[in-house]
Parts: sequence; C-alpha cells; structure tokens
Amino acid sequence: MSYHVDEHGYYGEFGGAFIPEMLYPNTEEIRMNYRQILEDPSFQKEFRQLLKDYVGRPTPLYHAARLSEKYNTKIYLKREDLCHTGAHKVNNTIGQILLAKRLGKKRIIAETGAGQHGVATATVCALMGMPCVVYMGEVDIARQAPNVARMKMLGAEVRPAMSGSRTLKDATNEAIRDWINNPVDTHYIIGSVVGPHPYPDMVARFQSVISEEIKTQLEEKEGKRLPDYVVACVGGGSNAAGAYYHFLDREEVGIIAVEAAGKGIDSGESAATSALGKVGIIHGSKTLLMQTADGQITEPYSISAGLDYPGVGPLHAHLFRSGRGEFISITDEAAMQAGLEVSKLEGIIPAIETSHAFAIFKQRAFRPEDIVVVNLSGRGDKDLQTYIEFFNL
Amino acid sequence: MPGPFRIDFDSMNRIQEKLQEDKKILSIYFTAGYPRLEDTVPIMEALQQHGVDMIEIGLPFSDPLADGPTIQQSSTRALRNGMHTELLFQQLQSIRERIHIPLVIMGYFNPVLQYGVEAFCKKCQEIGIDGLILPDLPLREYQLEYEPIFKKYGLLNMFLITPQTGEERIRQIDQASEGFIYMVSTASTTGAMEGFGDPQRDYFERIASMGLKNPQIVGFGISNAQTFEAATRQAKGAIIGSAFIKHLTESGIEDIGGFIKRIR
Ligand SMILES: Cc1ncc(COP(=O)(O)O)c(C=O)c1O
Repeated sequence: MSYHVDEHGYYGEFGGAFIPEMLYPNTEEIRMNYRQILEDPSFQKEFRQLLKDYVGRPTPLYHAARLSEKYNTKIYLKREDLCHTGAHKVNNTIGQILLAKRLGKKRIIAETGAGQHGVATATVCALMGMPCVVYMGEVDIARQAPNVARMKMLGAEVRPAMSGSRTLKDATNEAIRDWINNPVDTHYIIGSVVGPHPYPDMVARFQSVISEEIKTQLEEKEGKRLPDYVVACVGGGSNAAGAYYHFLDREEVGIIAVEAAGKGIDSGESAATSALGKVGIIHGSKTLLMQTADGQITEPYSISAGLDYPGVGPLHAHLFRSGRGEFISITDEAAMQAGLEVSKLEGIIPAIETSHAFAIFKQRAFRPEDIVVVNLSGRGDKDLQTYIEFFNL
Repeated sequence: MPGPFRIDFDSMNRIQEKLQEDKKILSIYFTAGYPRLEDTVPIMEALQQHGVDMIEIGLPFSDPLADGPTIQQSSTRALRNGMHTELLFQQLQSIRERIHIPLVIMGYFNPVLQYGVEAFCKKCQEIGIDGLILPDLPLREYQLEYEPIFKKYGLLNMFLITPQTGEERIRQIDQASEGFIYMVSTASTTGAMEGFGDPQRDYFERIASMGLKNPQIVGFGISNAQTFEAATRQAKGAIIGSAFIKHLTESGIEDIGGFIKRIR
C-alpha cells in the first residue's frame, strides 16, 4: 500500500480537490508547478539555507532521560519548539513563501488557530517584505493574545473570523473566501496538511525535513535510522506528517497520532476526528470530519486552539482507515497534566497541542527497549495564560 | 398513472426545454428554510406566478465557502430554523402538482454525500428536480466518480466558469455540460453589486464569441434591472440570489411580485 499522494491527489479514498471553480486557476497553478519548483536546485538551496540560518535547523533530537526513566522506555524529543517562532509551522511557511515568490505573487493570506501558523506566516512575510493578512477566529484571538500581538508587531493584519464557532474552521473559510475574491496576485499559505490537492502533499513535503533529520540524528545516537515509534499530535496533521514522512513506507516503524478528546469523546465537546468523524468534504478535501447526520460540519472543542479543528488531513484519514497509524485521543485534563509533568521532569514547557502527545505515556505502555520519538511540535509560551488559569499558578 | 405533467425521462429535460424558448431567462435563487422553515413552497409559487423562468432551491450548508455574507447568513438562519435535506425533500414531495418551471437544487457537496449521492439523485428524480449546481463538485471529481449516477436519474449537472477560467477549460466544461453554463460574473463570492464595469462587459463578450454549445446564464452580482439587462445582453439569462435574499429579509415573502417587477 502507498501512503503517498497519487496522480489524482488522493491518499486511498481521501483527498482530491473539491473546490468551487473560482479557486480552480489558483490551485491548478500550484498543482502544475509545485513539484518542479520544489525540486529545483536553486529553490532547495534557498530553502535549506533559510532553514539553517533563520529557523535554526537542524533542531536537536534530545534524549529525555527523566521522562524515559519514569515510563521505562527510551524517549527522544524532536525539538521543533526550538524553531524560530516556537513551532514547526515555520518550516512550511518558509517553503510556501519561496514558492509564492517564484509564482510571482504579491500578497499573502493565511488562517490560524493557535496563532503559531499566523506568526510563522507574518514572520516570513516580514522577511520577504510582502503584505500579509491573517484570518483568526474571534474566540482564538481571545485565548492566544500574545500571538495576536506578535503578528501585529510583524506587520500583519489580523482579521477576526466572526462566523460559526469563530475558531480555526471559520478562519479557514474566511481565508478561502479572500482567495476567491483575490485570485490573481494572492497566495494562500495553508497552515497544515489540509485543503485541496496539492496542499496536503506540498505541506507534508516542506515538513518532511523533520523526519529526514530524525533519521540522521538517530543514526548518530543509536546507530540505527529507524525508531520503533513516532508520536505526534494531530490538528490538521502537519507536524505529524513531517515526523512520519520518511517512515511511512517502513511498516516496522509504529506511527502514533494523538488527537484532542476535549472534555471526552462522548461529551459532545471534542475534536477527536478519527473517533467521531465520517467521510465528507471540508475545505476542499475528502477526508474524515465531524459532522451531523445531515452533513453539516460540527463545531469541535479542545482546550488547545491548534487542535480545535473538525477534520484531519487526507493522509491521516488514510493512515487511520488503512490501520497504518494508531490513533489515540487525549482529554484536556490529561494533556494539561502531561504538559506540567514534562515541564517539571525535563525543563521544557510544551505547547498544549504537544502536551496531548505526551499524555499517551499514561495510556499506553512501551517496552523498555523501544525507541519512541515524540515530535515536540511547539513551545508553551503562547499558552501560559491557559496553563495559569488551569493550574491556578 | 402518467398525468399531463409527468415527463418521460428519455425526452428533453425541463431545463433544456426552457433554454430553447426565445426569451431571456430569469432564474431566482433562494435558501430553503429562510426566512421561515415553511416558506419554501410559498416562495416557489410566488416566483412562478410572477413569471420567473427557473428556480434554484438552495440547500443550506454550515460552511458555504463560495458565498458572501448575505447567503452565509440566510444559510445559518435556515439551519437554525431546522432545515435539513430530508425535510426539504418532504416539503417538495408534491411540488410538481403546482410548479411546472425548471427546478434546480443548489448546494454544497457534503450534505449530498451524507445523504448518499445515489439516494439523493433518486429522490430528486422522484420529485421532479431537473438539475443540480454543486459548486464544490468540480469537473474532475464529478467525472472520476459521480457522472453515471447523475445521468441515471436524468439530472443535469451545471458547472461554473469565472473570468479567470482559461479557454481550454471552458471548452472542456462545455463538452461535459448538457444544460447551461453558470457564468460567475466576477472573481468573487456571492453578493449583490450595483453595476458591471468594463472587465465584466469584456468577459461577457469574450464568452459570447466562443460559440459554445451550451447557453450561458450569468450569476453573482445581479441585483436590479440594470445588471440583469447588462448580463443578458449576450448571455441567455441571469440568476439573482443575494439581492432576492435581502428582499426577503427586509420585506418577507409578501411582496415577491414587486421585487420581480423591478428586475424586468
Ligand atoms: C505547537 C503546535 N503543534 C501542533 C499544532 C497542530 O497543527 P498540525 O496538526 O498541523 O501540526 C499546532 C497548530 O497551531 C501548533 O501550534
């Protein structure tokens, strides 16, 4: 079985480009050009150089000794939290802005949930001197205030999305509508492996630097290139796609995807798409998504803005359906406790998104000899207010 | 019990018949379940009574990507009123006893997918729906999987083109279409506009001169007599959506005739 995109833009039965005709020229332009642009040596040179000098790659692969001891297995952390701007999101925005420049685009738009992708987009727009509009749900603007301020400092305009649940899904709708209204000069930097083909594949390729580095770093530290497990949290699924990418075809590497259960899978306030979703269309892609029996998209809930999305990228829907990936969902409470534990044991305050990934060690045992790589997708600075309120700090 | 209005599905579809008439087509879009849940059928009766040529029944969706604020809001309201696919089909169950003009359901693909594409199409045929407009089911995905089902139930699928659609693709869409081509007037989401400028006029002329086999009907931005007239100078007809929804919001369903008279 293949876990990569096919010629029609599908992963198994998932993917495609279910977009209104108004978006056809834009996505078609990207589809026709992205592979060639990405493979072009001058593009690769510029991309790699910026990842090194500007983002600070390679990010370390750190052996978390105290966490390993506590859970009696060998845990490595892939330190995406040390990327410039504090999360993996910037790997993708650097790639996409270079692509946008090569396509002659003059204006950038993006959606954001936690604000990490918004900040990463605003950052590369400042770097390249391009105007930037970021759509963000009104609810998220309130719970991720520091990131809103960062985007503004970086020169971006933050436009509140006021429709629906006023979170990531609605911000994405607004960004898509902006793109419909500005079809020629604007590039839409999607923040995850979601959206119409070729976005899921393109974003996964930009993020694949994560697993590429894991392989070489593991070789240095353990004398072998393959871990036993790779663990990542899944909102849309970009950090996960990047962490899995080079291991997808190696079935001996276990893939663990961690979703947000919110207040519990059956609570009606959850974002655990694999458990609660059915096949449908969201943001131009056929994938698993949370919806009513009637096909209306439902409003998800998670304490973590970055996981508060009713769908998953089509790659992840395929990993779930095919059984290649093991999907686990983690409640708000368990995630917050895990975030606190990692802070105390390792001196690293993770983003609440990533805290979900850490919570699996309480739910699932590993063998002492297993090598488990957790993708530490981001740092917790942006979430301090939520941590403060939760723990009465 | 074939009555006088029962059509033989091998014969011409009502849309195709209407398009052959020597007149400009006025088509009106409304969101089912708006302003009130039970307004669907009365709105359709009023539209037919006042000489509208075709009706697009909007199946509301939670995330209408191609729509501007007016239709977003009518969709949200309709869903809150309790509209859903099965209920719409119930409301339309015996619609062909009263309405004889062509009927199109316009909506997003996800609710259709959840209903089951085949079950949905079958139901449309039973009721006497003539075609579907599903903006987020573009040509490639339609042809990959769904075309035979639409055909089996005698439903026309109308595709959109925009000012940005390239010539080659327009010809492809023309080849794949059997009703009309939905010509989106500007690169935008739905919403009423006061007038059309030179870029629209150029676009209308460019398309008219292509010699396409399907007639074109212009939608998005038609709001009054002036935009209707400008749009139909070359095209076969025009579709009014947001402006009609606004009228319903302001005046309810009582004065639909007044609205239509201001168009033509
Ligand atoms: C730190 C961090 N991790 C994970 C995510 C979830 O996104 P994805 O699933 O695309 O990696 C986000 C999104 O904002 C994030 O900020």
